[in-house]
Amino acid sequence: MQAPLLTLTDIRKSFGGVRALAGVNLELHPGSITALLGENGAGKSTLVKILSGVYQPDSGVIHFNGGATRIASPVAARDLGIGVVHQECLVFDHLTIAENLFVNAHPLRRGMVDWNGLHARAQAVLDELGAGFDAHAPAASLSIAQKHVVQIARALVNDSRLLILDEPTASLSQRECAELFRIARKLRDAGCALLLITHRFEEIYELADRYAVFRDGASVGAGSLAGTSRDELIRMMVGRPVEQLFPKQAVEPGEILLRVDKLGRDGEFDDVSFSLRRGEVLGIYGLVGAGRSELAQVLFGVQGADRGSMTVSGDIALVPEDRQGQGSILPFSVAANIALPNLAALAPRGWMRTRDERELARQWIGALAIKAESPAQPVRNLSGGNQQKVVLAKWLARKPAVLILDEPTKGIDVGAKAAVHQVTSEFAAAGHGVILISSELPEIMAMSDRILVMRRGRLRGEFTRADATSEALLRAASDA
Amino acid sequence: MNSAVAGRWESMLTLVFALGFVLFSLTSPYFLSVDTLSDATFNFTERAIVALPLALLIIAGEIDISVAGIIALASVAMGLAADQGAGSATVAATGLGTGLLAGCINGALVTLGKVPAIVATIGTMTLFRGAAYAVLGDRVLKNYPQGFEIFGQGYLVGPVSIELALFVLLAVGAALFLHGSRWGRVVYAIGANPVATRFSGIAVDRYRFALFALTGLASGLAAVLLTSRLGSTRPSIAQGWELEIISIVILGGVSVWGGKGSILGVVLAALVFGLVTFGLGLLNIPGIVMSIFTGALLILVVAVPALVQRK
Amino acid sequence: MNTPARKPWSQVARRDLQFALLTLALLAAVVLAFPGFAAPGNLAGLLDDTGILVMLALGQMLVILVRGIDLSVAANLALCGMLAALFNRAFPELGVLPVLALSIAAGGLLGAFNGILVWKLRLPPIVVTLGTMSMYRGVIYLLSGGEWVNDNEMSPQFVAFTRAEFLGLTTLSWLALTCAAGFMFFLQRLPLARNFYAAGGNPDAAAYSGIDAGRMQFVAYVVCGAIAGLAGYLWVARFAVAYTDIALGFELQVIAACLIGGVAIGGGVGSVLGVVLGCLFLGIIRSSLPLVGISAFWQMFINGLVILAAVLLSARQQRQPRTTTLEVARE
Repeated sequence: MQAPLLTLTDIRKSFGGVRALAGVNLELHPGSITALLGENGAGKSTLVKILSGVYQPDSGVIHFNGGATRIASPVAARDLGIGVVHQECLVFDHLTIAENLFVNAHPLRRGMVDWNGLHARAQAVLDELGAGFDAHAPAASLSIAQKHVVQIARALVNDSRLLILDEPTASLSQRECAELFRIARKLRDAGCALLLITHRFEEIYELADRYAVFRDGASVGAGSLAGTSRDELIRMMVGRPVEQLFPKQAVEPGEILLRVDKLGRDGEFDDVSFSLRRGEVLGIYGLVGAGRSELAQVLFGVQGADRGSMTVSGDIALVPEDRQGQGSILPFSVAANIALPNLAALAPRGWMRTRDERELARQWIGALAIKAESPAQPVRNLSGGNQQKVVLAKWLARKPAVLILDEPTKGIDVGAKAAVHQVTSEFAAAGHGVILISSELPEIMAMSDRILVMRRGRLRGEFTRADATSEALLRAASDA
Repeated sequence: MNSAVAGRWESMLTLVFALGFVLFSLTSPYFLSVDTLSDATFNFTERAIVALPLALLIIAGEIDISVAGIIALASVAMGLAADQGAGSATVAATGLGTGLLAGCINGALVTLGKVPAIVATIGTMTLFRGAAYAVLGDRVLKNYPQGFEIFGQGYLVGPVSIELALFVLLAVGAALFLHGSRWGRVVYAIGANPVATRFSGIAVDRYRFALFALTGLASGLAAVLLTSRLGSTRPSIAQGWELEIISIVILGGVSVWGGKGSILGVVLAALVFGLVTFGLGLLNIPGIVMSIFTGALLILVVAVPALVQRK
Repeated sequence: MNTPARKPWSQVARRDLQFALLTLALLAAVVLAFPGFAAPGNLAGLLDDTGILVMLALGQMLVILVRGIDLSVAANLALCGMLAALFNRAFPELGVLPVLALSIAAGGLLGAFNGILVWKLRLPPIVVTLGTMSMYRGVIYLLSGGEWVNDNEMSPQFVAFTRAEFLGLTTLSWLALTCAAGFMFFLQRLPLARNFYAAGGNPDAAAYSGIDAGRMQFVAYVVCGAIAGLAGYLWVARFAVAYTDIALGFELQVIAACLIGGVAIGGGVGSVLGVVLGCLFLGIIRSSLPLVGISAFWQMFINGLVILAAVLLSARQQRQPRTTTLEVARE
């Protein structure tokens, strides 16, 4: 194996009083794909931002290509030969694909943009990658997977020797993933060093040959993947053996609460029919992009359906996928957030009773063990898990007939996860219906009484608890 | 709802008001008399009445630049009604109705047409004032009925004008609404995060529409008061008022980004505005020079917090 | 051909084409009713009338491209115009060149004031330019004492500059055409100009490419201001008078021309052709009103209708088509 292209030694970074990186080490070798693992909050995204020149480390040494360097800005990173494929598509929709590759780096002729040269080089790189698109087309017409390819092309154009792939496969179909992997392997074979950040173990073992694990801002392990089992990796990530976290109580399902008949919304999902009973937890599994969140939003009422119908005895609540953008108002206090869907009950004649509001918040802070200093604390100061508990609290306070949870335990710590599951279970047992949308097979298999599988906007299968296996669910959900 | 910061802002405004008061009392012999001060209130009451719902609108993350255009349109409508021989009550109702209708047009453009508020109200501002010019040209409407002048020129008790009384009443109502009612809560929420508010089961667009309509109605009311006070309508009536009203709102501590602000702040800002413009007028400083102060003040109001934050 | 995207027709190009056809149709309608309208002298006059609007609208387009807005352009114009007139009155022997330089420099400085506040303090452009709009107007009064500068106080070269004809078009028209051609060239070929589109289209992505969106905004405001300054001299020379209220409310026409011309208020989208067409469209309407017997007082109202129609159509186009994840017998 060649000498490392990049070596990070004891990198530290704090924001205010919060320590994001407490001394991490990393070695990336050319011709090798390294997977970076760690739970949310472990410091992966901070590291990516340091490598891409957005943040500067407080201390520590970066060696790139043999010499100690500073990555002072995104442009400096680019000049060094570091390319990043971000999760958020940093693509310019209104520019052409070709120009996207050369933003602020246009090939020049006598000081002016050399468009012929630009288009030629762009098409050459795209062809080399095997991407099928016309460089003259506007970038807005691309899918997310294709935008990732554009970002890779941009990195290639800049002669990147180190390519960072930050959660690239969220929102990609199986086929698109395979295509992306093909390109990654091609780059690896050409001598690039790749850093892959992902949560999906299948990908890690399929694509990477080395690994590095972060936990709470520190390096806890690194080395070759060959000979390292998945359980070992998990143990390094979590720091404790994985226990049974899903206490779903068995309940006799009651009458039908929600009936959905051939529901459809153009471009998102179609022909969805199912029913939900009291006491039931109905899981909806599928890969990202299957249309589950869109279905949830239509059921909740924040988007309209184009056809089909639904009947429900009572109201429907939704804990959305994006807890910071959709689920809560970050600058508002815990109490204000919990109060928002419950204003009619807290202020029956219009006048807000702030004492009742605080009381309600205190009640739920206790019930869900929310770690907040007081009901007046702004939600933005809480950890992800506690923020999610606030979002749960605000809907549970309303006692809806049906509660829809969209990826409720994504990116929250293990303790909060268990709490969410317990609350969900109790809520169903109390005679309500729950729809649980999740991409995590263990979670959905353990929590659900029945599981529906969606793929590309349609229902592909229904499984009872008994006959749901990982293989069957995955097969139904993917394009394979 | 950063009450600590808001409290500081309001204290600062009160301080500015007090300083200005003292300054003008010293520099102008006419200043300190009940009659003068009562006259002074007319400098801000009409604008401030519009500033109240506009503040709500801006807190909710929207904006309305067409308010002065609505005043002009409403005034023209009233003049035409008066020409037709309508009585004072009918004329006033025409003004209010026109304002309400104009506000609804704004609301529809933003909520149904999905046009961003800034461009929608640039368009309606041009449309409404344009309509006023188109209908009147260079004419003046003066045939207001007997008794119509009571709205703008009448006094409720002693030195307290009807306009001032109306303003106080509406200010109290606005404060109760924004700070005490559940709908006020929603207004803040929409400004802070409209998506999360929608995901909390609230019909955000309905609130937006109502706020635009309310702003229109208030503009109509301001038109009634102003027209009644002036006794005539020209298409250039209330020219430049949109700038002054927005300045009052922002001076009052309402953030242009939405989600922050208080009625007390807006009231204090209106007082400061009225004081400064009246005082400068007493010192015979022409209006156009005053606008240098208004402009500079507007910029200072947003610049100072930004400078402080940068430290 | 050294130009960006020629095939396939981008959304912007398609819109420009549609709007060009609409403008031509409007022109055709007017000419059908009033054949005299198509007389070269009249058309040249039309260009002369819209020349200042064209230049101001191009400057405004730059500002809107980078997610800003400049409501102070008319006040800037008026202030620089007054400065030019006063300077000329004091030093008539110096000729036109120093006047031009002064106007452009003064306008650029006024624009830079806006730009600094937006860039360094990140103040909202609408508040900043509302403020400077009234400040600049007030300063005109201070400078002039409320007095007018009349044509008899202006030197002959001062006044004649804009009206000098060359190949049937006035200097003003040529300036406007040069401005438009220059903008079109530079926006396509100058790397800095391409960065305007990037900075306005996706400021986050632009930052990753090393583009400082704030600095782009500053540059845009300076250019916009400099053009407004130049336009100030041109206006005052063309109408041979300078006073506090010239071009009052004109900023709305400028913004209207941009909106009608397809410049997106959210930034990142806009074409020179669209803006020029927008100005011509408004100009044709304004010129044809007296012919149809509609008083000039209707112009503002019609402008309002046109703005609303344009923004409503724009809003409808912006609504993203929902990307299909549905399996529709594809594989």
